[in-house]
This record gives sequence, C-alpha cells and structure tokens, in this order.
Amino acid sequence: MSPQKQATFRIWRGDRLGGEFRDYTAGVSEGMVVLDAVNHIQATQANDLACRWNCKAGKCGSCSAEINGLPKLMCMTRLSDLPLDQPVTVQPMKAFPAIKDLITDVSWNFRVKKNIKPFKPRSPDAPDGTWRMAQADIDRVQEFRKCIECFLCQDVCHVLRDHQKHEQFTGPRYLIYVAALEMHPLDTEDRIDELRNTQGIGYCNITKCCTKVCPESIQITDNAIIPLKERVVDRFYDPFGWIWRWMKKKSDRQSPNAVKR
Amino acid sequence: MPEYETFQHDVLVIGSGGAGLRAAIEASAAGVSVGMVCKCLLGKAHTVMAEGGIAAALANVDDRDNWKVHFADTMRGGQYVNQWRMAELHAKEAPDRVRELEAWGAVFDRTKDGRILQRNFGGHKYPRLAHVGDRTGLEMIRTLQDHGVHQGIDVHMEICILALVTDGGRISGAFGYDRERGRFKIFRAKAIILATGGIGKAYKITSNSWDCTGDGHSLAYHAGAELIDMEFIQFHPTGMVWPPSVSGMLVTEGVRGEGGILTNADGKRFMFDFIPDNYKAQTADNEEEGWRYTQGDKNARRPPDLLTRDHVARCIVREIKEGRGTPHGGVYLDISWIKKRIPNAEEHIKRKLPSMYHQFKALGDVDITKEPMEVGPTTHYIMGGVHVNADTQMSDVPGLFAAGECAAGINGANRLGGNSLSDLIVFGKRAGEFAAKFAKENQHGKIDNDKIDVYAREALEPFENSAGENPYSVQRDLQEVMQHNVGIVRDEGEMRSALDHLKTFWERVGRVGVIGNRDFNPGWHTALDLKNLLTVSEAITRAALERKESRGAQFREDYLEKGERFSKVNTMIRKAADGTMEVRLAPLPEMPDYLKQIIEENK
Ligand SMILES: Cc1cc2nc3c(=O)[nH]c(=O)nc-3n(C[C@H](O)[C@H](O)[C@H](O)COP(=O)(O)OP(=O)(O)OC[C@H]3O[C@@H](n4cnc5c(N)ncnc54)[C@H](O)[C@@H]3O)c2cc1C
Ligand code: SF4
Ligand code: SF4
Ligand code: FES
Repeated sequence: MSPQKQATFRIWRGDRLGGEFRDYTAGVSEGMVVLDAVNHIQATQANDLACRWNCKAGKCGSCSAEINGLPKLMCMTRLSDLPLDQPVTVQPMKAFPAIKDLITDVSWNFRVKKNIKPFKPRSPDAPDGTWRMAQADIDRVQEFRKCIECFLCQDVCHVLRDHQKHEQFTGPRYLIYVAALEMHPLDTEDRIDELRNTQGIGYCNITKCCTKVCPESIQITDNAIIPLKERVVDRFYDPFGWIWRWMKKKSDRQSPNAVKR
Repeated sequence: MPEYETFQHDVLVIGSGGAGLRAAIEASAAGVSVGMVCKCLLGKAHTVMAEGGIAAALANVDDRDNWKVHFADTMRGGQYVNQWRMAELHAKEAPDRVRELEAWGAVFDRTKDGRILQRNFGGHKYPRLAHVGDRTGLEMIRTLQDHGVHQGIDVHMEICILALVTDGGRISGAFGYDRERGRFKIFRAKAIILATGGIGKAYKITSNSWDCTGDGHSLAYHAGAELIDMEFIQFHPTGMVWPPSVSGMLVTEGVRGEGGILTNADGKRFMFDFIPDNYKAQTADNEEEGWRYTQGDKNARRPPDLLTRDHVARCIVREIKEGRGTPHGGVYLDISWIKKRIPNAEEHIKRKLPSMYHQFKALGDVDITKEPMEVGPTTHYIMGGVHVNADTQMSDVPGLFAAGECAAGINGANRLGGNSLSDLIVFGKRAGEFAAKFAKENQHGKIDNDKIDVYAREALEPFENSAGENPYSVQRDLQEVMQHNVGIVRDEGEMRSALDHLKTFWERVGRVGVIGNRDFNPGWHTALDLKNLLTVSEAITRAALERKESRGAQFREDYLEKGERFSKVNTMIRKAADGTMEVRLAPLPEMPDYLKQIIEENK
C-alpha cells in the first residue's frame, strides 16, 4: 500500500461572537468524504469541534456546510473531488446565525413552515375511505417530497444570504413545499394569496442558484417556483405579467404537467 | 440545588422518529398537553433513513393477503418467540395506520388502478410493502412532522435526556441538557413515552445513524423497567463494504425485491444451496421461478435471495469465510442483470431504486445499472428492548411507556423487513393513546431534587478531568469488542471475554475527560452517551450467553441447533437491588387456539 496521503482542513472555529479558521491535518483514504475528515479531527484532535450529522448517507440533511465556499452536504462530498494540494475550507452556512463552529441556528426554517397552511384532502374517493391517484399525477409532487430539508438552497439564495429578507421571503425550500401541497391531487386548500403576500415569491428573480446546490436534484426553479409564479400572476393582474409570459415563451423549458388548477 | 429550567407536560415523548411523532400526535388528540424532546433536529431522526417500505396487508397488489397471513409471516420470521399479542395487533392495525398517513398527505407509489402500490420483501408471502421509491422513511417522517406541528405539541429540539425520575416506583419526569448551551432541564410529566430507537452505535459496522446509542433501553433499565430479547440483533445481509468510509451503509432489500440476485466470486447463486426446512414449501428451487416471483407472477414462489435476513446474512458470512468472497470481503448483489430480461432496464432501476443508484454512484463509483455491487452484513436493528404490555405499551414502571425500536416483543428472534415502520405507527399510536389515558387518571409525581443534583454532578465530572481519557477512544474500543465478540457468530468464550472488556470500559468511562466548555460540545455528548452504550452492550452480551442455542438472529457456534428448552422462553434483564444486571428466562404467554390455527393454516 502507498503511504497515506495527508490533507489540510481549514475549519471555522468560533461562536456567536466571532471566530477564525484553524488548520488541521488528516490522513486521506479511498472513498473518504469531508464528514469523515471532520469526524476524525473531532475524535483525535478537537473533541469539542461542533458539527451536526445523523445519517452519513445523504438522507437527513443535517450536515450542511460550505466547503471551499460552496454549500454542500459534508457526508456526500468526496475528497477525491476536491483539490487536496490546497487546504479544504469548511465553514458554517452563512444565511443563518452562527451557534458554534459548523453549527448554525436553523430554527427560523421550522417557524416559517409552521405558518404554511397544512394539507387538506378532498373527501375520500372510495367507500372504504381511500383515494385513487394515478402515478403520472403524483410524479411531480414526489419530486418535491424528496426534499431532505438540508436548507442548502436557503443558504445560497441571495435574497436570504445577502439581503437578509428572512421576514419577507420564505425561500426556495418553502416554495417547493407549497408547490408540493398545491400540486397534490387530493389537496383542496388555497395558498396563492400567501405566496404573494407572506411568502414573498416576488423576491425570487429566478437566478436558479438554489436548483444548482440541491443535493436531491430537485428542479426547484423550473418545476416549482415558475409554475407557482404563473399561478400568482394568473390571480393578481400584474403589469409585469405580460413581460413574464413573454420571457416564459422565450425560454424553452419543459412545461410542468400534472398541475392542479 | 441550583435552579434548572423546568417544563411541565401531561405526556412527555422522548424521540421524534416515526414512533415518537405518532405517539405525540395521538396523545395530543386525546386532549392532554404533550411535549416532545429529541437529541436531533425535527425530521432528522433515524427513521428518515428507512428505505424499502412499510408492511401492511392492504391486499392492493395481491388480494389473497390479509392480517392472518401477515401475522403468520411475522411469527415464522421471529421463530415463534414473538409476543403473539403484539404480532396480532400489528398485523390487524397496520393497514389503517398506513391509510391514515395518506390522509395526512403522504404520497405513496401507485398501482395501475390508483391505489397504494406494494412490493415484495423478504419473509412476506405476498407483496406487502407500501413504499415511495426507496425513501419510504423520509415520506413517513415528513408526513408525521408536517401533520404533527399543527397539533399543538411542544417540540424541544436538540435536548438529550440523561435520566428518568421516579416517585415511589412510578414515573414523574426526566432530566437532560440542551446540546446548544449545555444547560440542564427538568421535564415533569405524568406519563413518559420512550421512542428513542436503536443501538447500532454499539457496533463498529452499522447502518444506523449517530443517535442510535440505546438511550431508551438504558434509561428504562436504570429506572427499573425490564428489558426483553436483548440477544436478538439483526445483521442486515446487505451493507456496503467498499470504500471503507461507507462500510455498513445499507443497501435496501428492495434491490432483491426488484429482482436483484446474490452471487459469490465464482458467479454462483449460492442462496439456492441451503433452504431451511420451514421455508422449503414457499421458496423457489430454480432461478426461473424466482425471477417470475419478483415480476409479480402469483403462482411463482419467492427466490431464496429473499429468505429472512438472519439466514441470508449467515449464508453470506459462510461464502466469505470459505474463500468465495469478493476482493473487498463481501459477495455480489446484482440488479444490472435484469437487462437480459426486460427492456429499458436502466431506466427501470433508476426509477425503482433511485437512492441506491445515487448512493453507489456518488460514494462508491459503481453504476448499479451496469455492474454488480459488493455487499456484506451490517448491524441494523435490535429486536430486543423495553418489555411492554402488548395492548397499552406500558412497561412495568407505572407511567413509563415505550414504542418503536426501543420497545420489544413483536419481532421475536428476527424482524421482517418493513415490519418496523408499521410497528412505529401501530404501537406509537397505542402508546400515545394509553399514555394520555394514564395522564388523565393520575396526578404529577414528585421530583426528587437530591437525585437531580447527583445526575447533574455526574454529568459534569468529565469537565474536571480535562486531561482524562478521550471519550471517542472508549467508544471505538467498545465498538470493536462488540463487533468481534458479540457479533453475527457467537460463542461462550468470546462473550465472556467481552464481559471482561466491558468491565474495563466502565472503569475507563469513570476517567474520561473533555476539553472546552458546555456549548455544543460533541466530546462531552459522546462521554455522556457511553453509559448507555455500555449498559445495552452488557445486556446484549448477558442475554446472548443465557440463550444457549441458535435461533433467528442469534447464531452460536457452540450451540448450532435450536434448543427445545429455549423455544418457549424469552430472556429478561433487570437491574437488581445491588445494581448488578440480572438475567432470567421467562415463559412465553400461551397463544390462544385461534392464532395457533392461523399459524397451522399458513404453514
Ligand atoms: C438504513 C435503514 C433502512 C431501514 N429501512 C427500513 C424499511 O424499509 N422498513 C422498515 O420497516 N424499517 C426499516 N429500517 C428500520 C427502521 O428505520 C427503524 O427501526 C425505525 O425508524 C426506528 O424508529 P423509532 O421511531 O423507533 O426511532 P428513531 O427514528 O431512531 O428515532 C429516535 C429518536 O429518539 C431521539 N433520542 C434518542 N435518544 C435520546 C435521548 N437520550 N434524549 C432525547 N432524544 C433521544 C433521537 O434524537 C430520535 O429523534 C431501516 C433502518 C435503517 C438503518
Ligand atoms: S431562483 Fe429564486 S429562490 Fe432560487 S436562489 Fe434564485 S432568487 Fe433564490
Ligand atoms: S430543496 Fe434541495 S437544497 Fe433545498 S432544502 Fe430541500 S433538499 Fe435541500
Ligand atoms: S449526515 Fe445526513 S445528510 Fe449528511
């Protein structure tokens, strides 16, 4: 076996009041991910290094951080995909308040979600209390329900990250959440007013940064936000509506099927 | 005593996995005040990892299915040492609980006529697992979470409970700390429901998430409750073996349900070599029939690749031991071969097993639509846990309930895949219902402040030893010992030596030290988890020593056969008055005739 390669990890250490990057060295073995390195450093050199993780399988969305400046899941980022001749920087998500080291206060997300009107099904289709739905009509909803609530899309969205509009804009995660409810074939609730008023969908200017970082490859902008914007435009006459439709024609995106009106 | 922040609820639920959430929803619906605490963030509990599906005899895909067949399958899978009443309630109530998830917004995959689709799984006679691709756990947890947050439950996230408090034998509260600031908290409650999940982190190779440290098992034990069946640990036959960083990560049984096959290094389908007698009648004896079964042919019998997990895991170990393993010490699991049988196989695989495709592609550089996977056994699930009343889920400590993986009885010696998610919602609901009832009928008990002071002092000890031993080293050594001495193949000598090791680990726990302060300090958290890991490890080892036979998940090299003496008993573990661990064998409750008959009819 070849001698073990070493790499430097430049990890942000600090708390609510501030902090600094500190360098740690760790061995690199085949298949290793960033979370392995962080856990190794934690176990051997810095027992009090704080980070969140649960599944180490890309399923729970706990281990979000910024790796070399890009929002990613630590457990799904392979070291072999990073340039190891320079330090790997690992820092907490920027869009949320720091707590300690790699941990941020993401409680805002939970509060936002609680304010969205819950699922309200139509009455059952069959006498035994069950419903019938075609697979084709739920494909889109299932795409949105793949979301693991890692909040990486929230972290990258400039409306939250740079402009700190947390009071006015709920962010891409909750736009796809509403899309999943609105496009659910059984749902009877109406959330269009809120989309414009409390959710602030108008703040989104379709930069698609959220879609690019989503570890579940959910087409957040094309499949959720744009169709929702159309619904909002349909309801509230909007002087920008025609520009909008004109732009939409120009882009040859896929039309979302299975949309409940 | 210093003042600790104190919360008061009628019912306190510890854990926010499927069982905890379902229990909290039910208790709240009964009109009592409910608090829920969890070590993790909401929606991130281990349940989120479940892949293959929820077992329930909905009979949407095969109308011959019904609760009786599900019951018989569960008992056969558990080698008849299950608590029959739990298996009965589970089989009867699972369909309603699954339909309820749909009413709360879950979006399961559909049959052609628009109903909930069901897939094949090991040990289930008919296609029985309702699923969403291979991310069923996420669907369950998100549905319960999104429904639950509107039911008036007070959720306390990232709080770890360290001890249960009793008052004259009954439960009166819980004591813990918040991870963020390390501040102690007291939760007063008339009833408490443990829903803390499993113990996977006692082993080195496991599919479980970090919070599976056996806290509920340990909390209940130290509060005086009895544990049952602790020797039965399920080693899932198919975990990833390469690269090292992901070894143990689960490869869902759904791969085999969709037609995936196990082969050894010689390319042989070794599962046909040995089919246990009690499964012969319902297992295919040729490859052609096995394939037809996975494709929904109702007249075909299931391929031996889908035999119960205990059996498949042992066959894999045998192949590896006898030199027919793969380069990285596993066997092959191949789904790509189905391209010989169906058109568009690649698309089909990606659609049916999206997470598996992604997991191997992203973490192992393997394209499962083109090449086989390398797999081997991984510590997956504990059948044992808190002994509860089958109907109410109350332990023998009044007011203390348990549900989900930390409770026990339904699975006997081996759990069938898919029977956990259904267990969570069936018994989560029951626990919620009966805990609420208990809370309505009883007053709050007293909290003994002197005891709380002792717990607090103990919890802070590691800070006084900052030069003490690294808690992570103790954890690692413990995992090694459990993996090697109390793993998939066991014998008396190795287990006795494990007990000696455990003794030294207890001493080392007394010497661990942590650096830094109380703010979100994983070193400290790990030090505090050690007590639970050691408690469950000792319980597993002592129970496994007591059961001098091989049955289900317990395989003893020194007792290769099933023993008549053990066919009608469970092992029970309790903390004796002198603080030592006491093991006894208790007779199984006698099964009523109508259930015996069901088992007979389904032989
Ligand atoms: C990879 C994988 C795939 C699986 N797939 C399937 C499947 O397809 N079908 C199936 O039926 N089963 C499956 N299982 C098994 C099943 O997922 C688990 O048995 C089940 O989810 C356990 O749920 P639970 O509610 O009991 O506990 P968990 O989901 O483990 O939740 C435990 C909760 O307790 C909290 N907790 C623990 N200790 C404390 C403490 N001291 N203080 C406060 N909170 C605490 C945790 O934070 C967490 O919220 C799978 C398991 C794995 C690992
Ligand atoms: S597309 Fe909209 S929601 Fe997504 S990052 Fe850009 S502005 Fe934010
Ligand atoms: S939409 Fe994607 S990026 Fe956003 S929270 Fe969900 S999984 Fe994460
Ligand atoms: S630890 Fe669960 S997504 Fe990374």
